[in-house]
Amino acid sequence: MPSGAFADRGADLELVGIQKRFPGFTAIEHLDLVIPAGSFFALLGPSGCGKTTTLRLVAGLEDPTGGRILIGGTDVTAQKAYQRPVNTVFQSYALFPHMTVLENVAFGLRRRQITDALGKAHEALRLVELDHLAARKPVQLSGGQQQRVALARAIVNRPALLLLDEPLGALDLKLRRQMQLELKTIQEEVGLTFLHVTHDQEEAMTMADTIAVMNKGRIEQLGAPEQLYELPRTAFVANFLGQSNLFTGPVVGETSTSIAVDIAGRSIVVPKTRSHRHAGDVTIGVRPEKLTLHRDKPVHDSGHNVMGPGRVTDVSFTGVSTQYLVSVPGVGVLIVFEQNRSFGPVEGEGDEVWVTWNVEHGFGLDDDPVAPDPRFVADTSTKSIAAQRRAALVTELEEA
Amino acid sequence: MAFAAFASTAAPPTDAPPRRRSPVALLLLLPGILYLVLFFLAPLVALILTSLQAPSEFGDIGMYSYAFRWENYVEVIGQYWPHILRSFGYALIATVLALLFSYPLAYFIGVTARRWPLLQSLMLVLVIAPFFISFLLRTLAWKQLLSDESFLVTSLKAVSLLAPDAHLTGTAFSVIFGLTYNFIPFMTLPLYTTLERLDLRYLEAGNDLYASGFHTFRTVTIPLSMPGIVAGTLLTFIPAAGDYINASRDFLGGADTQMIGNVIEANFLVLLNYPAAASLSIILMTVILVIVGVYVKRSGTEELL
Repeated sequence: MPSGAFADRGADLELVGIQKRFPGFTAIEHLDLVIPAGSFFALLGPSGCGKTTTLRLVAGLEDPTGGRILIGGTDVTAQKAYQRPVNTVFQSYALFPHMTVLENVAFGLRRRQITDALGKAHEALRLVELDHLAARKPVQLSGGQQQRVALARAIVNRPALLLLDEPLGALDLKLRRQMQLELKTIQEEVGLTFLHVTHDQEEAMTMADTIAVMNKGRIEQLGAPEQLYELPRTAFVANFLGQSNLFTGPVVGETSTSIAVDIAGRSIVVPKTRSHRHAGDVTIGVRPEKLTLHRDKPVHDSGHNVMGPGRVTDVSFTGVSTQYLVSVPGVGVLIVFEQNRSFGPVEGEGDEVWVTWNVEHGFGLDDDPVAPDPRFVADTSTKSIAAQRRAALVTELEEA
Repeated sequence: MAFAAFASTAAPPTDAPPRRRSPVALLLLLPGILYLVLFFLAPLVALILTSLQAPSEFGDIGMYSYAFRWENYVEVIGQYWPHILRSFGYALIATVLALLFSYPLAYFIGVTARRWPLLQSLMLVLVIAPFFISFLLRTLAWKQLLSDESFLVTSLKAVSLLAPDAHLTGTAFSVIFGLTYNFIPFMTLPLYTTLERLDLRYLEAGNDLYASGFHTFRTVTIPLSMPGIVAGTLLTFIPAAGDYINASRDFLGGADTQMIGNVIEANFLVLLNYPAAASLSIILMTVILVIVGVYVKRSGTEELL
């Protein structure tokens, strides 16, 4: 980054065929990603999925094994971390313990010989409402305050791209909400490109305009939060982003707009526009809050799918809603969220219920249908055990 | 004492538990206090008194009686000021050299070698290994290595890096070399302990904030390793200033390299001028205390400890 000048706007980030291998394992297999300027982009995934590695590659703290990184159209792959127009809010904050809060915030400005570094640092501290603590040392601040200093230290440089590595991980729920709002406001105010790495799906959904769900070193699905939630493409996304009821079965019927899938003898209808596969074995699903419980067998209606009768095996009251587990013979256990429109849970444990949902609310996954849960398969033939043993060995060898 | 400066960190929180004055604590302290009074305070008082003694009126050489002869101090400073200056000069140069050698070494062991714990332990053993051989023997060995007939000196003369009539032993070079060599472990170990705890994420943060490797080293690594630098330099400078082995004529020194320690030794054991030796000791102690006090204050390490 040229010294003495701020980036006047956020920049595009482009990752082309990025691959990262560490001795012994591959963190990122192959990653292509474009993050448009000015967007708030979240990389979401479980620990070990390669999201932090991706962030460190962009920051220049790691070198990719293969591929290129472009920021604002410039290839920065060969640039060192200190040459890139990028700043990071570290998960550990990494505030310099030997400097005051003000010196910490002014550090980057001074390095780039920007005029009035201290004035600008004070301004950034005012933005995070910590200017009155400018003379303190980081150890004298609370976790939340340190986090805000780390944020100020990064945004004061007006980087073209701001990287956030689980910056809210150490905060309690209330402070976290407050910081989420603050971050979002700052992003809109200064118009930077934010790349946010998190394992918290709620955080990603509230803050980001685009989420990429990462798993095992690759991106499973990328899109707006609503789109990812309402129309997940894989079983991993369906379960990592919220909860899902998933069923697998063969397609037995087809109309011009929908397909019918046979699930344990019941025909379940899914719209074609919401299903990635239209033939063969498919996995379909529906979100728990889209389900409705009925005490009596509902009358058949082409607009709804019906499952049941089943038995309520667990009721947990969570305040705004009640979570029911309904065991349906031949299908398994369904999760149902019911809004608490009246007082307390409506059904009790052991009640016989039917579950229905609007046909429009189902979705069909792109995954190869997973093998049915072995708990429900009582196949103990020698041949089957041998096959399972072999499959387990093969995966083990692949992992090694 | 100088280390009191390290103790006064942030004020204790107001909700600290109330202090209990227990006679047991005083009782447990008693042996230590007695020891200090007997073996530190009493000799110190004796030393001060000796430094003010005057020669006995009709006495032999080495016979002195108690007096308040402040002129002793003026006399020894007048007579030995080159030795005093030389002592602190040599100690300063040796400390700086030891720091320059030890820092990269300690950084390598404490930071670079973190990924290979075996290498780390091996190198630490190598740093401590010289302690298994007596200090005197090692210094004598260096006298051999630097002597006129040694391979080193003859080779240097052969390639004309050293004048044909030059020597290494008995020069300021060999004394400073000996001091540096002997105190390098005392510099390396405290540096290692601070660098070993250095959080590399701070360095990443420095790199992220536009500071190159060199700038990060100067603005982050050095300040964060300041406790080790202060401890190491004190452990080197204080004993080096009072050292009398390396500068001794029997070891690496010569007539022109005598340090204050050699003068004190000569006055006590050869010239039997006890008041002069005692006042030189007091001067050495005072100057070291002042230098160390200023150094600890100026380096601002109180907050890091």
